Amino acid sequence: MSVLEISNLCAEVDGKAILKGLDLTIEAGEIHAIMGPNGSGKSTLANVLSGKPGYEVTGGSVLFDGQDLLAMEAEERAHAGLFQAFQYPVEIPGVSNMEFLKTALESAAKAHGEEPLSTAAFMKMLRSAAAELDLATDFLKRGVNEGFSGGEKKRNEILQMKLLAPKLALLDETDSGLDIDALAVVGNGVTAFHKEDPTRSVLMITHYQRLLNHIVPDIVHVLADGRIVESGDKSLALALEEKGYAWLNKA
Amino acid sequence: MANESVHERLNREYSAGFITDIESETLPPGLNEDVVKFISAKKGEPDWLTRWRLEAFEHWQKMPKPDWAHVDFEPVDFQAISYYSAPKSQADGPQSLDEVDPELLRTYEKLGIPLHEQEMLAGVVRGNVAVDAVFDSVSIATTFKEKLHEAGVVFCPISEAVHSHPELVQKYLGSVVPQRDNFYAALNSAVFSDGSFVYIPEGVRCPMELSTYFRINAQNTGQFERTLIVADKGSYVSYLEGCTAPMRDENQLHAAVVELVALDDAEIKYSTVQNWYPGDAEGRGGIYNFVTKRGLCRDRAKISWTQVETGSAITWKYPSVVLRGDDSIGEFYSVALTNNRQQADTGTKMIHMGKRSKSTIVSKGISAGGSQNSYRGLVRVTPTASGARNYTQCDSLLIGDACGAHTFPYIENRNPGATVEHEATTSKVSDDQLFLCAQRGIDAEKAVSMIVNGFCKEVFRELPMEFAVEAGKLLEVSLEGAVG
Repeated sequence: MSVLEISNLCAEVDGKAILKGLDLTIEAGEIHAIMGPNGSGKSTLANVLSGKPGYEVTGGSVLFDGQDLLAMEAEERAHAGLFQAFQYPVEIPGVSNMEFLKTALESAAKAHGEEPLSTAAFMKMLRSAAAELDLATDFLKRGVNEGFSGGEKKRNEILQMKLLAPKLALLDETDSGLDIDALAVVGNGVTAFHKEDPTRSVLMITHYQRLLNHIVPDIVHVLADGRIVESGDKSLALALEEKGYAWLNKA
Repeated sequence: MANESVHERLNREYSAGFITDIESETLPPGLNEDVVKFISAKKGEPDWLTRWRLEAFEHWQKMPKPDWAHVDFEPVDFQAISYYSAPKSQADGPQSLDEVDPELLRTYEKLGIPLHEQEMLAGVVRGNVAVDAVFDSVSIATTFKEKLHEAGVVFCPISEAVHSHPELVQKYLGSVVPQRDNFYAALNSAVFSDGSFVYIPEGVRCPMELSTYFRINAQNTGQFERTLIVADKGSYVSYLEGCTAPMRDENQLHAAVVELVALDDAEIKYSTVQNWYPGDAEGRGGIYNFVTKRGLCRDRAKISWTQVETGSAITWKYPSVVLRGDDSIGEFYSVALTNNRQQADTGTKMIHMGKRSKSTIVSKGISAGGSQNSYRGLVRVTPTASGARNYTQCDSLLIGDACGAHTFPYIENRNPGATVEHEATTSKVSDDQLFLCAQRGIDAEKAVSMIVNGFCKEVFRELPMEFAVEAGKLLEVSLEGAVG
């Protein structure tokens, strides 16, 4: 079954049409990448899917794992297994990473009618996940993203993704602001996340081909003016890198 | 999240807002010398105390109302208030809990106050806490009297202490907050009706937490309780005060005075959870909380004020410490939360007189809705206080964009050898923070409560364990509907 099925999606921000009839289907286990010029609607797509306030859906439908995604509150989408790694993760001073993740997992357990993990089991899981991402233990005690470097913030997003174990991970320009080493850590984190359970799906939004060297996509899409205008395999990303987006308009 | 929806959802329920239907004996509104004499006579007070009240009343009439606080309200008509209200069945004074009006006990049950000693001994409700409950103007019952008596601790209504321990009361009443200290303290000195009295003998560690619950029930009454705590040399006591009032459309006045005396090497820990009725979402009704709290530290003594202020339409309150003794310590830990139309102007005064005296101020102000929240603090170091140290940390958190946070720190340092530090921050619960939480599956109410609790952590740590949990829950309830 498809994990995500977007049909003719139209959305506005402040009365301005951004998405203009977007179609996209992702099957369970697939890794997709969306590329496209600035202002084409890449981040709008991610935010509409995760339910960020301020975006108005004016048409179309989105099925997530067979459910009507657009009818759900943002936290329900999270509970259903949708995860968004943010381009600019915000800070929450005073709330430790540990506490934040524990609250998130408890909310998910409650929504699924399950018993929450014991504190000991939670800590064990958290420590091992942090170690895989090269995050020190004191990092977990610090406020959420408080005073983190750009790289730490992104690694923290991947840590949250690992623990919440979603069905679909939306990576919104996760590669922006990362140096080469951090990019490798994040790339390996996402690849490991996918390997751990091959039914998990990933939708990467990126400007650059370089992320795709670390996370190899099954399908690459090009988004322009609110629609998918071209889809292909990994070679499409390379062609874009070489020729730029203008080449598509001529084609 | 649109601002619209923040405003739409700014309506909270006040869970302590019931009115108890009991017969009361209430003086008609108005204040004059006869009223002062009536109150004094009602309590069978000795002449010195009657004169003391009358002196205070005389001063009060000449005093201007303070207008420097960052609060805005219709002037109080002091002649429209009744200065004495007592549940009628109390006229003869209950000798034990069995004689207390059952309707009244039910009131306290609704408030979750454990008046029944057996429940408390069994630890059902709150564990080892002795409670004095002040209902409107009179003290209803003091539990655990026997156990405290064994330790030599005196814990009783102040009206009773006037008779049972006249020398202590006469010596210390007004010794920290004089009759003419300020407008509301003078008013309180003239008309105070009841309150708690505590004396801890030399070298005694009070065997349990002492606690007072205040409740204003009758309409158009003011509450003017007076609390006096004396910790003799080398003693220790931890004291907790809680307050609630029913929902009424009119404003009610609460002008209390709390005096703490910590003699050499003594320690007093005074914690307040204040949840007076804050008024409705449009700002109708609510308590005017104009309170004077001050402690005096002798050599090596320590006084620690911890307050969690969530209620009242207007809060005007500055728990202070006079560090008269050498090596004495003053602490002030405060969480003040305002929502809707509430206004709070609160903080502390640390007066350093003793050598190497030390003070710590940690203030956390949280503003939501259309409320105004001000920190006002004074650190004064006199020329005698060589080696004095103060550290002040003052943080404000804003929820929504219709509220205000203000900081008024005053530092008067007259000793070049003293160290005074002040740090302040202002932050906001942003829509992006709430969305990050929502995307991780945490709903808005839970997210705000998590953020606010994280913000208040340093203060909650100072509260006795069971009350820290209560304080966290109270914040959650007070913020209900503060986000959309």
